[in-house]
Amino acid sequence: MAVQLTVNDAKRTISAEPEKPLLWVLREDLGLPGTKFGCGTGLCGACTVMIDGKTVRACMTPISAAAGKHVTTIEHVAATPVGKRVTEAWVELDVPQCGYCQAGQIMSATALLTAQPKPDADAIDAAMRGNLCRCATYLRIRKAIQSAANAGSEGAKS
Amino acid sequence: MSRSSTLNRRAFLTVALAAGTAVTFTADMALAAGTKTKPVMLNAFIRIDANNRVTIGSKNPEIGQGIRTMLPMLIAEELDVDWSQVTVEPTLANEALYGPQSAGGSRSTPVNWMPMRQVGAAARQMLLQAAAKAWSVDAASLTTASGQIHHKASGRSAPYSAFIDQAAGQPSPSLASVPLKATSDFKIIGQSITGVDTPDVVKGRAVFGIDVSLPGMVYAAIELCPVFGGTLASMNEAATKALPGIIAIVPLNSGLIPTGPNDAVAIVADSWWTANRARQTLKAQWKTDGLTGFSTAGYEQAAAALHKGEPLKTLVKVGDAGGAMASAAKTVSARYSYPFIAHATLEPQNSTAIFSDGKIEIWAPSQTPAAGGVMVGKVLGLAPEAVTVHITKSGGGFGRRLMNDYMVQVAQIAKALPGRPVKLIFNRADDMQHGFYRPAGWHQFEAGLDANGAIVALKDHFVTPSDKGWPVRAGDMSPVEFPAKFVANVLFRQSMVPTNMPTGYLRAPMSNAMAFVFQGFLDEVAEAGGMDLPELMRRTMGAARAVPLYDRGPVFDTGRARGVIDKVCAMAGWTGRTKGAEGKGRGFGFYFSHSGYFAEIVDITVTQGTRIKVEKVYVAGDIGSQIINPMHAEQQVQGSVIDGLAQAMIGQKIQQVDGAVTQKGFGDFPLLRIDAAPAEIEVAFVKTDVPPTGLGEPALPPVIPALANAIYAATGKRLRDLPLRLGA
Repeated sequence: MAVQLTVNDAKRTISAEPEKPLLWVLREDLGLPGTKFGCGTGLCGACTVMIDGKTVRACMTPISAAAGKHVTTIEHVAATPVGKRVTEAWVELDVPQCGYCQAGQIMSATALLTAQPKPDADAIDAAMRGNLCRCATYLRIRKAIQSAANAGSEGAKS
Repeated sequence: MSRSSTLNRRAFLTVALAAGTAVTFTADMALAAGTKTKPVMLNAFIRIDANNRVTIGSKNPEIGQGIRTMLPMLIAEELDVDWSQVTVEPTLANEALYGPQSAGGSRSTPVNWMPMRQVGAAARQMLLQAAAKAWSVDAASLTTASGQIHHKASGRSAPYSAFIDQAAGQPSPSLASVPLKATSDFKIIGQSITGVDTPDVVKGRAVFGIDVSLPGMVYAAIELCPVFGGTLASMNEAATKALPGIIAIVPLNSGLIPTGPNDAVAIVADSWWTANRARQTLKAQWKTDGLTGFSTAGYEQAAAALHKGEPLKTLVKVGDAGGAMASAAKTVSARYSYPFIAHATLEPQNSTAIFSDGKIEIWAPSQTPAAGGVMVGKVLGLAPEAVTVHITKSGGGFGRRLMNDYMVQVAQIAKALPGRPVKLIFNRADDMQHGFYRPAGWHQFEAGLDANGAIVALKDHFVTPSDKGWPVRAGDMSPVEFPAKFVANVLFRQSMVPTNMPTGYLRAPMSNAMAFVFQGFLDEVAEAGGMDLPELMRRTMGAARAVPLYDRGPVFDTGRARGVIDKVCAMAGWTGRTKGAEGKGRGFGFYFSHSGYFAEIVDITVTQGTRIKVEKVYVAGDIGSQIINPMHAEQQVQGSVIDGLAQAMIGQKIQQVDGAVTQKGFGDFPLLRIDAAPAEIEVAFVKTDVPPTGLGEPALPPVIPALANAIYAATGKRLRDLPLRLGA
């Protein structure tokens, strides 16, 4: 079956079984390995991507459900001003340890700050609790989100 | 893919890598893509191009501990270049060329602290010699800074790149005697340097093992015998093979059982998703005779029964513990336990390989890639030179990737498909059910105190899982567990419970369990003696001195231990054992492991009677004279603390029924989520004048007893079994 969708602003046509998860289409068929496989059951968040601006677990999303939609992955997240601020804050604070979960973390953080530019501590934890970090970089994830939020409000003022 | 895989170049340098060992470096680092003029290699680790760009080879596996950044920092410091002119490249696995290349035991820092600096310093000397010849001046009259050579008398200056061809022809100075910088001259060591892979990680460009991609690559899923030690009896190969996309069915030996029979089947397909899905059609049947009796419930019952009887053997006997116990003013006894737990790296085990013309090339997220290559050579019957191992980034290690089962497995699959690259990936359940688990253990303690609360006798009956009559891997107990060397009458004895569980080293192995049971029990002893645990520690250790732990090898420095205990108490404002305000509690723990001294205090609040919230953790550590990269050091400590809390308080327990592990993923083996992480983990390092040691592990153990002791302070309940649970 051929599925048409837009991935990182480029139109793509995929020939795959309709049930094949978006995760494996990205990794195997589109050469976008930045989105990671962690559990395959939606519990770890390593495969988080955006479809039409909303975060989904790519491991649980059949490619048929992404037909005609806009998919954004870690490779392209910095194309939006919020995503750029988030990735810059991530580098500035050197958030990653092993780095494996960080694509998912950055996607969730970008979605949070897009929807809610100045989240408080509880809102950050609530929005990020679906993304496991086995190295436990959680304190820096919180700080980086706050830093990106502050950079955003400074940007708005100037 | 790997930038270090394509070119072989000979280096020009013979150097002594360690005192007395002369190693000829035949360098094997590639040229950076796109350079127009030819860079020149000064030794196996250093290459300088015409633009004075310095490429430094980073030899050890990166598993999140920051080593890929840290080792090149040591070289760059002594080479005397600016970090901004450095590009870091991973090297191949080749221990003859690069020295030890493993990530384990928190050993990378102590093992490499001097050699990596010496490598940088030797290359700098070669550049100085070349410049001295070119300028006809004495090398001693030259100075360096930021990759430039200066001659003050003549006012001449030139970049290193002006001398690279001549320098490469210079004899290398002996590494052992090459002059090194004074600590006060460090410009890179001691600075917070961003991880070299971080900019790639945030763009999704960092290449982990699972991301390796080769032209024409196919994918393998693996069906492993669920009961450890079982073998393949039958399968429905034809039905699976007939499915679309399926390329091959390959029975293999997982590496867990003796060679000969098979205990796993790989399904190879044009997509990993297809291969994994096809497993349900395979209907593999296993021969598991005599193996299905192993269970968690069985181990727990056996351990309880053993604790009621005489121990099997004596591990340590000093003085007369029985007599001293009988005449003690007070005795305390308690039974402690901990379960099997899994490493649960977020990147599932995987490896990629291609076999052709009698040679194999493997890409592996391994903590011991060279050892994995040796295993592969043995299993496939290949000479060492026929095995090439590429070290990839690992999505966490924690000791799981010290084992190389996935390398052995992918090698067999690749051999069955000559000429085709194949990538093997475990799914999450495979990863959870086919690990090398931290072994469970059970301890029956008794301590005798004199009228002043000093410990006069200590007994432990340790029950550990065993295989063929010996404690399983990582199931040993050190005979010098604190306070064994500080008590006049000690009796540690051991019994064993047979298991078929594969076990292994999990971050701070042994220590992560022993810290809990010993420091938890000592908190009880301290209370019985009318004091708190920091005070019991100080009194038991006595004056500052180096106490030998064995006939040779590591010593325990009571002054360094005291230093971190006093420091953490000052940081937290510890005022002794106090009943906390409603639901609040504070606990202390200390542990010495992997050459590092750590004392930690945990503040918690218990709400609704059973819900434990960790508010803040204070950490004081002593790993020697130098924190090499402070930003990463803080991360290692904070991550270790949360890792320990995860082992302690969220229900992590691997369970076995009928010989097989029942946990399937993060639903029944949870990892700690961000909303359970403490608001703050305050970290301080006490510096003492000894060479720096590693930080991947020693901060983990003390947080577990500190939490248990905090729960006691908050609730009056002694929780003596991991995972800690309040209420039903």
